[in-house]
Amino acid sequence: MRIVSAQLIPISEESDIVIARQRAGQLAKKIGMGLLEQTKISTATSELARNIVRYAKTGEVMIEEVENDVTPGLQITFRDCGPGIPDIEMAMRDGYTTSGGMGLGLSGSRRLVNEFEISSKPGMGTTIVIKKWKRP
Amino acid sequence: MDRIPILKMGDCLIVSIQEEMHDRLARALQEELSERIYRTSAKAVLIDISTVQIVDSFIGRMIANIAGISGIMDARTVIIGIQPAVAITLVEMGIMLPGVMTALNIEDGMKLLAQPPELHP
Repeated sequence: MRIVSAQLIPISEESDIVIARQRAGQLAKKIGMGLLEQTKISTATSELARNIVRYAKTGEVMIEEVENDVTPGLQITFRDCGPGIPDIEMAMRDGYTTSGGMGLGLSGSRRLVNEFEISSKPGMGTTIVIKKWKRP
Repeated sequence: MDRIPILKMGDCLIVSIQEEMHDRLARALQEELSERIYRTSAKAVLIDISTVQIVDSFIGRMIANIAGISGIMDARTVIIGIQPAVAITLVEMGIMLPGVMTALNIEDGMKLLAQPPELHP
């Protein structure tokens, strides 16, 4: 996988969620993704950027245009130094919530992308990397 | 802008969301709509989201909340014009918006509201 371009979006308030999801949507469009793929990647970005604001207050979103031998795609990294997730397996389940939301943020956004990696340690923050490839 | 205009037509409140639905706006809409239902005794709320490109779980919950609050206040809510890509994304995420009626356009929404409530699922 090669990285074609990268942009970093600091996240510290709710309006940054909108910036992050708009940039993700714009880049998805630029690399030729269809409307459904654009909507899915923007929605996943919105969910995961909101988790940063909600649980860690501040963090960053890195949006990268990438390509493999077959197709272009987007790699988006969500990084924070917040409280972390004590039990990732539990947090990935549908309906698991600590905030009174629907509990679909993590599990739902995983279903919207091709690849989803999460690493987190209590007290050390959380990093989530998602990838979505343009359908050939 | 931090407010979405709410129009009143008969006993129906009509909202057309024409801008990026950020979190504060969604919360403001929820509060303002319940206040307007109370003041006007409206029986129905039509929310046009045909230009909205993103409904994530937070915005989905706000929509479900609005329908729930309206229901308790004796008003029915119809969501109008959800885009196909938004609908597919919501379902894939597992967000089903229980208790929310939907229609593809405002005319269908009005027809739906003209039916007696017991016909609704």
